[in-house]
Amino acid sequence: MATEQKTKSWPRWLPWLIVGVFALELALALRPVRSKGEIDIAGFGRLPVLLNGRVQPLDSVARNALLQIRGNTDVPLEGTAADGQWGDLAKFRATKAGSFSERKWYQFGLRPKKLKPTEWLMEVLMRPELSDERFVFLIHHPELLAQLNFEKLGLEKSGLRYFTFRDLQPQLKLIEDAGRTVAAIKPEVRTPYQKAVMQLGNALQIYLRLKISLQPNSLRPDGKDFGAELADLRAAIPAGLESIRKQQAGEPYDKEAFARLLALAEPYSVMADRGYLLMIPPTDLEKARDEWGKMGVSLLDSIRSGKLHPAASAYAAMSSAYTKADGAAFTAALKDQQSWFAEHLNQEVSKATKEHYFNHYQPFLRSQIIYLLALVLACLSWLNLSQWMNRSAFYLVLLALAAHTSGIIFRMYIEGRPPVTNLYSSAIFVGWGSVVLGAVLERIYRNGIGSVTASAIGFITLIIASHLAVAGDTMEMMRAVLDTNFWLATHVVVITLGYAATFLAGFLALVYVLRGVLTRSLDAATASSLARMVYGIVCFATLFSFVGTILGGIWADQSWGRFWGWDPKENGALLIVIWNATILHARWGGMIKDRGLMNMALIGNIVTAFSWFGVNMLGIGLHSYGFMDAAFKWLAIFTGSQLLLIAIGLIPIRLWGSSATLDKASPTIGKPVA
Amino acid sequence: MMNRLINILTSLQLTVVCLVFSLVLVFIGTVAQVDEGLYQAQARYFKSWYIWGITLSNHKFPIPLPGGYLIGAVLLVNLLAAHAKRFHFSWKKAGILMIHFGIILLLLGQLLTDVLSQETQMRMAKGEMKNYAEDSHTSELVLITAAKDNADEDEVVSIPESMLRKGAEITHANLPFTLRVNKYWRNSSISSKPREGAEDAGATHGPGQGVNILSQPPVTAMDEVNLPSAVIEVAGGKDSLGSWLVSSQSSVKQTFEHGGKKWQIAMRFSRQYLPFSLTLLELRHDIYKGTEIPRNFSSRVQLFNPSTKEQRETLIYMNNPLRYGGSTFYQYQMTNEEMAQQAGVSPSSTLQIVRNPGWVTPYLACLIVGLGLLYQFGGHLIQFLRKRIS
Repeated sequence: MATEQKTKSWPRWLPWLIVGVFALELALALRPVRSKGEIDIAGFGRLPVLLNGRVQPLDSVARNALLQIRGNTDVPLEGTAADGQWGDLAKFRATKAGSFSERKWYQFGLRPKKLKPTEWLMEVLMRPELSDERFVFLIHHPELLAQLNFEKLGLEKSGLRYFTFRDLQPQLKLIEDAGRTVAAIKPEVRTPYQKAVMQLGNALQIYLRLKISLQPNSLRPDGKDFGAELADLRAAIPAGLESIRKQQAGEPYDKEAFARLLALAEPYSVMADRGYLLMIPPTDLEKARDEWGKMGVSLLDSIRSGKLHPAASAYAAMSSAYTKADGAAFTAALKDQQSWFAEHLNQEVSKATKEHYFNHYQPFLRSQIIYLLALVLACLSWLNLSQWMNRSAFYLVLLALAAHTSGIIFRMYIEGRPPVTNLYSSAIFVGWGSVVLGAVLERIYRNGIGSVTASAIGFITLIIASHLAVAGDTMEMMRAVLDTNFWLATHVVVITLGYAATFLAGFLALVYVLRGVLTRSLDAATASSLARMVYGIVCFATLFSFVGTILGGIWADQSWGRFWGWDPKENGALLIVIWNATILHARWGGMIKDRGLMNMALIGNIVTAFSWFGVNMLGIGLHSYGFMDAAFKWLAIFTGSQLLLIAIGLIPIRLWGSSATLDKASPTIGKPVA
Repeated sequence: MMNRLINILTSLQLTVVCLVFSLVLVFIGTVAQVDEGLYQAQARYFKSWYIWGITLSNHKFPIPLPGGYLIGAVLLVNLLAAHAKRFHFSWKKAGILMIHFGIILLLLGQLLTDVLSQETQMRMAKGEMKNYAEDSHTSELVLITAAKDNADEDEVVSIPESMLRKGAEITHANLPFTLRVNKYWRNSSISSKPREGAEDAGATHGPGQGVNILSQPPVTAMDEVNLPSAVIEVAGGKDSLGSWLVSSQSSVKQTFEHGGKKWQIAMRFSRQYLPFSLTLLELRHDIYKGTEIPRNFSSRVQLFNPSTKEQRETLIYMNNPLRYGGSTFYQYQMTNEEMAQQAGVSPSSTLQIVRNPGWVTPYLACLIVGLGLLYQFGGHLIQFLRKRIS
């Protein structure tokens, strides 16, 4: 091969060194999570609660809530004030006016303190007066900012503005009214401004409900220590209950005891009604394991029965200790809670612990970074034809694939489900499928093309997934019709592999066009190997998308009583099958040669993107559980970019950068049938 | 000339042209569903020979397009002709043959389903037994009286809705009187409260007297239902016995006497009687704790077949229909206790009943095409890898 002749001597160990550094980093991430400070944050984050119909660790609650409120999961504690001074944001808020900004990209030397998700949640649950001062509410629509008079306030980062609950407090009425107007409008036809209003309303709801999930401090003007309050409650119950009984019987009663108990109980009914988390496990586990309750309900029950749930008193003790920053007392209360849970809720504790571990391992984020590096190295290897870069890129792709795979398997293990259960996991799995196929191609051809396409698709699909995760819990429960591991494991997996293969063919075509037009590096051998790859992958895609589509029809026959209903999602899958079949027939009929194959494969990208996301944006049909609308802009951009590439691909070959070497190329595969 | 035609019919060019047209058609037919609705779009784009005028995001374009039937037919002819002309069996091409045979089977199976399949529904309250299914798309006028030899059995004369026209006179061998259709509405709503635009039905007998009726435009969408009404005059010989308002909207019993016999008159959704019965024993509508996400819908029913004395219980739930006697029973809709209480009705479960003699074809076709693709492309792959290794 041409590349081998030009190879300069390079140390054999170099690729191994590069991949070794990243493998080490990955291995370190697998260590168990420990808390550094006095307060055992990780221990608290592992405690199980019930939310969204499933048991999850408090750490997941924190992450998903922050994603929905802030759009990311870290809360900065330090930043720059308007006068350029760097420091603690909460202190600045008390002394300085105007807006603040997070660390800028050029401020390398600064390492701002940040709240991790669980730390933030602990503040919200137990010290809301602190969390009210954190910049967590993302508002980015200019019209909404103007309406709230917020243009020159808040914490700015990369053009996005974050605000504290204190900032929003005077405007709650305005936001609520605006939200009510928008709620009457159908989601499909809402303007970006209206969506921003709904998003802010939703974020506020989550925040306000979280604040009263554990204790009622924010509901009491004299907000005192929760542990002490429960002691008061215990003392007030006997006399209070007696006075209530007498009052109802029409006898003279102790008005003071009556009023004291009612005053204590009043916020509990608000907590019972509006609390966000189901924190208190069921007492009778034999009867129903999922009958978790809110703290407020449990407290009201305890007034009636005179007995406090052990989980409630442990949370109260943790809250008191946390407020006083008493690490020892907090640890003791947490231990109480953990041992009670371990004794009664073994299954739930184990599930929450695994998920907590998964949250910190972050396999998809880690593999995303490695894919990016592999992409850069593989592209560079084409420019100077460096063999060590090529080799390193391939090893890095394999390393990232290992992390990617481990993440998918971990998710399957936690959820007890096949890999694809929603749009988020489909993005992860499409990427995975493409990377596997791309790695196989690289292993066969060793020319960097497999590495480039694999790492590019892996990186892009994981970015898409991380944006889809902002919608909330990615391990949500499956609605009745989807609650079948058999069909999720067959139809969904096969059709998703079909998407993956079609995208891979499209990206290979992209490499052909860009390298051919813009560089001189596309020689006849490379061009013909690319054509072979695209042809082979299109065959593979046809197999998977066809079988997947028909399996989908059979599932529909099983659940709705008809095989084919021309539903948008079904049609989307059909479009991919038809397009792949068209490419193959056009090739066999000699109607297209290498370049035509590439342009048709690029159209395949558009067809697949439409089938994957576009049909969900139509907002109609039985499959509407995958509905999302924010990505429309990106779909349009992607489609436009593919059309542009096709236009570039249609430029006559003699004008291509690689025209001199390409002339010798001739179609080598898929000869006419007759 | 003939040769040229054969060349065109057997060409891969024709295949590619048809495939491209079908891609365009499926895309347009999908996007048009936003404006036209699933069922109209389905009929206009996919179940048609040609299309004149398409709708894309609220704009109409006067563009002609071949319809689903036309494209399907040409593809079928193309496929058959090509195989007929070039057919010679070889193991190398066995996969291609299987793929195309499977596709033909799939298309023909879908045609069979289009023509032959029937969808009906069975709505049962808890504890209720039923031995018939209802087709909510058509109604029938029925007259019911006790059978001559057995007072426990009913004799039913059913008159399809298609015979009801204003002014029509209906006689039947089993009816000792004539029915006259005084008024007829294809789709209507009846009420005892006065409403704007409503007319007095004008029935002289039964609870339908004084009821007003509002004519509604007929609906064609599959998930909407027409509620026809009519005022029927019963005439024995020359005398009129009076007129009754009947409507699919109401299940009130109306009776009259003629020749010493009691008759019941009603309009109801067309029924198809089954040779067995189902009894709804239990219905469940579970949601995940603390959410609105439905976890499970299920109906526990008892099946009883009087001819074979077969009696058993079975659970019908999402993705798990009951197949019995050539029909398939799917869990369709459910009114659970809470919803029933709010609406003031009793909890009920509706089963969708599909009779589709061609239901097995997609299963077979999928298997054949899947194996064909695997054989063909797997063969390519092995060949390629072998070459690569050597």
